[in-house]
Amino acid sequence: MSRRALIACAVLLLAACVLPFVVTNYRVFQMSLVLVYAIALLGLNILTGYNGQISLGHGAFYAIGAYCTAILMDQAGLPYWATIPIAGAVCLLAGFLFGLPALRLEGLYLAVATLALAVSTPQILKSHPLEKWTGGVQGIVIVKPDPPAFLAAAGIKLNQDQWLYFFTLAVAVAMFALGWNLLRGRVGRALVAIRDHHTAAEVMGINTALYKSLAFGVSAMYTGIAGALGAIAVQFVAPDSFGAFLSLVFLVGIVIGGLASLSGALYGALFIQFVPNIADEVSKAAPWAIFGVFLIGFMYLMPVGVAGALRMLTARLTRRKLSQPKEAIA
Amino acid sequence: MTFEALVLQVLAGLATGSIYASLALALVMIYQATHLVNFAQGELAMFATYLAWSLINAGISYWPAFLITVGLAFVLGVLIERLVIRPVERAPVLAVVVVFIGLLVILNSVAGWIFTYTIKSFPSPFPEWMGVRYMAPHQVGAFGVTLIMLALLYLFFRFTPLGLAMRAAAQNPESSRLVGIRVGWMLALGWGLAAAVGAVAGMMVAPIVYLDPNMMGGILLYAFAAALLGGIDSPFGAVVGGLVVGVLENVLGAFVIGNELKLVVALALIVGVLLVRPSGFFGTVHVSRV
Repeated sequence: MSRRALIACAVLLLAACVLPFVVTNYRVFQMSLVLVYAIALLGLNILTGYNGQISLGHGAFYAIGAYCTAILMDQAGLPYWATIPIAGAVCLLAGFLFGLPALRLEGLYLAVATLALAVSTPQILKSHPLEKWTGGVQGIVIVKPDPPAFLAAAGIKLNQDQWLYFFTLAVAVAMFALGWNLLRGRVGRALVAIRDHHTAAEVMGINTALYKSLAFGVSAMYTGIAGALGAIAVQFVAPDSFGAFLSLVFLVGIVIGGLASLSGALYGALFIQFVPNIADEVSKAAPWAIFGVFLIGFMYLMPVGVAGALRMLTARLTRRKLSQPKEAIA
Repeated sequence: MTFEALVLQVLAGLATGSIYASLALALVMIYQATHLVNFAQGELAMFATYLAWSLINAGISYWPAFLITVGLAFVLGVLIERLVIRPVERAPVLAVVVVFIGLLVILNSVAGWIFTYTIKSFPSPFPEWMGVRYMAPHQVGAFGVTLIMLALLYLFFRFTPLGLAMRAAAQNPESSRLVGIRVGWMLALGWGLAAAVGAVAGMMVAPIVYLDPNMMGGILLYAFAAALLGGIDSPFGAVVGGLVVGVLENVLGAFVIGNELKLVVALALIVGVLLVRPSGFFGTVHVSRV
């Protein structure tokens, strides 16, 4: 990491730590959701941005993570923090298994298979055999966690929203650090090589089948962990919040944020959290029409996403030769 | 399960399948020209159906309203291509997909805003005598209208100079431009035609599923699946795929799994078929140069 990037990260982290003490509780809650979405988008970006496999079904993995946490808290009485690694592990496995048949599908065919997964998710969650765990249409209500006792003992007073924010922030930082490490080395190069030229990557000795299904697994794990955190934040899971639209919103998030970039996940998360609110303020009658106009407008102005546009801007300002980010999906 | 009940479900499946086939065909038409799948195709059809509903409510009788709607949908399709899609022609594929998603939410939201989200009934123009032993009048009519439309499209693309020019522009834009075909306008016409075909599908399905802004969500997915099942670059395949999906959906829903999970099972089957034949029944196997 360059020195400038290191400083930027430190400043960002500092600002993120100060933030919950200067804004209202509702804004703190919203920022927690931004962090949740950022983790989910990072996961999708590993798959679609870096590895070139399009997924219109990541809402399903988000739902699996959310339901894992809710069921474990509700039925098994596990503490919230203990459910998160379990949700991650379950999604890792689910993603890996889904990734195996997905090896045979490419581009549009993969898009429709994953879209089918997304559309089926609410119906499977509502279905009768699962009802005793999932609570059917009603969903599951979970309790908001209190800040741990040792913080109060140390004299640090946080309310529930602030504690949840810091908890989410800690997980998000860990997940981004993990992602950065994963993508900057051998594994990241292999993923990008597969995206850019499948056959050439295979000829160079990359086990494309293993890497592609692993990318699916890791990507699902990220999104599942985000789902788990999201469930704790909103204290509620229900089948209809995990429809196909959620998956489309995730895709919108990574494209608007910038494909194949870590920071893009953060920009995308800010977009999908706040732009619907702005649209709602502009027009109460047809808020989603305004959202759609924003989408199209962003794509006109920045077809390579916010991260891509910023990269070009800094390159122009510092007058360095820029390396164009390659198109992710052919 | 009696034989009679099976025949009934298969025929009902063919009727809804023909509607999926029309929408699948609209998807294939745009795919052939641009190699993109238009996620907003279903919402365009929904919007056109609302236009038809307004015309009929304004006192125009059904068939004139039908023709005016097809014309309006054509113009809407051309306008969208010119104004919205053309500026992002050279953008990355996923950026265009996001523009499609933007169009989808805009059309859906505007329809809800103008016409409200309350469910409306939509008339069927087919008289009682059209019903046959196992099929309701509307099922016969919808099937017939779809077949006529497909025949007209076939004749248009096969025997008219304009149809030839459109096929040429889709297949090889550079060479077509060299022989004087205005490729950009051919794309816009393709969009217009696809929107018109979608409008017919919308008006045929609305008496069955009722009119509301979200009516096309499930249908678009079936059409998408149908197009892939038949082979995304084959118009004939799209029609066959649509009929197969319609029959599968109906028969499975009635006899095997019930309505609750029929969407899930139908989709799982389709994905299963794609795993065995990744290019669909009639699609060309993609070969690329290394």
